[in-house]
Amino acid sequence: MIQISKDSMPILREQDVVPFRNRVRELATKIGMSLVNQTKLITAASELVRNMLKYANGGKVLLELISRNGQTGVRLTFEDQGPGIKDIDLAMKDGFSTGKSLGLGLPGTKRLVNEFSIKSVPGEGTTVTITHWKNGR
Amino acid sequence: MDRIPILKMGPFLLVTIQVDLYDRLALNLENDLITMVSKTEAKGVLIDISAVSIVDSFMGRILGNIASMSRIMDAETVVVGMQPAVAITLVELGLTLQGVHTALNVEKGMELLQNKIGLNLLNQEEYQEPADDTDL
Amino acid sequence: MKNATSKVIRKNKAQILESWMKYQLTDEDLRDDLMNMEELHGQSEQLLDSFLNALESGNMNDINAREFEPIRDTLGEISVMRARRGYSPRETGTFVLSLKQSLFDALEKEFKSQPEILYKEIILVNNLLDSLSIFTFETFIKGREEVILRQTDEINEISTPVIRVWEGILALPIIGTLDSARTQIVMENLLQEIVATGSSIAILDISGVPAVDSLVAQHLIKTVSATRLMGAECIISGIRAEIAQTIVHLGIDLSNIKTKASLASALRLAYDMMGVEVKKMDRRSKISLL
Repeated sequence: MIQISKDSMPILREQDVVPFRNRVRELATKIGMSLVNQTKLITAASELVRNMLKYANGGKVLLELISRNGQTGVRLTFEDQGPGIKDIDLAMKDGFSTGKSLGLGLPGTKRLVNEFSIKSVPGEGTTVTITHWKNGR
Repeated sequence: MDRIPILKMGPFLLVTIQVDLYDRLALNLENDLITMVSKTEAKGVLIDISAVSIVDSFMGRILGNIASMSRIMDAETVVVGMQPAVAITLVELGLTLQGVHTALNVEKGMELLQNKIGLNLLNQEEYQEPADDTDL
Repeated sequence: MKNATSKVIRKNKAQILESWMKYQLTDEDLRDDLMNMEELHGQSEQLLDSFLNALESGNMNDINAREFEPIRDTLGEISVMRARRGYSPRETGTFVLSLKQSLFDALEKEFKSQPEILYKEIILVNNLLDSLSIFTFETFIKGREEVILRQTDEINEISTPVIRVWEGILALPIIGTLDSARTQIVMENLLQEIVATGSSIAILDISGVPAVDSLVAQHLIKTVSATRLMGAECIISGIRAEIAQTIVHLGIDLSNIKTKASLASALRLAYDMMGVEVKKMDRRSKISLL
């Protein structure tokens, strides 16, 4: 895997969300991702950023353009120092939520992107990494 | 504070969302719309989202809330002009906006609202007829 | 640092190239129909040059190093090109492997009296060329995979036409297996056509789908949901008896979706929903009126 570009953005307030979404769109457009795949990626990013603001009072996002086996894609890493998730398996189940949302957050987000991984230590924080390839496969 | 303008057209309220929504703006819209529905006793709400490129679960929930709240106040809600990419993403996300009417564009949305209201009036008339009979 | 082999190659470059060409051409399976001689000569010379440069840099074992970059580029180009033109893997592999023989010949002539050096150099060249030929195979296969991927995309594009059957009614005959990549394309095409034509009804005909399992059903339900979000209605037609059976046996709930057995009855339902009436014309009475 080759890293083409790298950038990081702090997300501390709700006002940071729109510029962040635009930044993701810029990256996706740069590698020629189709509109549907762009929309999926940005929506997934939007869900994760909201989680970060809601549960951990913000955090930071690493934005990367990567290439693997001749495929290019966008990789986003969301890092926070929030309370963490106790039971990740449970959090990844459809319909589960501790907040007052629809509970589509994590599993729904996972369905939108090609690769999804989550690491969390209770009391220390959560890191979610998503990757979406140019052609969505 | 940023607000999205709401237009009143006869018995209907019209909202065209021209910017990408962030949470505060969406919440304001929900509040403003519901206040307007109760103030004007509107029979229908039409929300045009043809310029919106991202609808995530939060905004989907706001749209659903507006529909449910309006319904309690006897107004129908129709969301029009959703972009294909947004529709595909919402379905993948698992959000199908149950209880929200949809239409392709503003024109068809208006038609739909008029039909719905026409039907509602018809139902009310039918309901009143037997009452008249007993009076006689 | 210069090693013995690179000196030998530098000294006998012309002969080595010539004998390498000969070895390539004696291979019975060489596809002279696919390749022209000048091109082959050019490619061989280019490769030999970059091989020599790499050797002279002193690196004799790691083909992933920077010095071997020109070689990897040349080899990659050649194997991808051969994959596209329909060469067999054997023909592509022979290209590199036959260089081995000519190099051995040259080394043998040079070091006939020094078996120790000869042995060491042959092992070295052998290992190096083996790695290079593995690399060639890898790129060759990658080149083929690209061809396959492109064809898959093309098939997907072709096999999902959206037909406008009436003002406001679209039909989509789906033929073949419906997997998630395909569903994506079907959905995109359908939704785009809905916007473009302002249609309010779409008929998804699945007569050509060989089997419906729970995954396919889920894809269908997704397509219907997305259509509804756009403000159009979706009818699924072409449900054969065995498909109805599997759907019920698998416990898939399609009760929220309008389904019809044939495209004809779906079309009738669509007309109904749009308030269109199709009537048989009485030609005779018209003629008599004239």
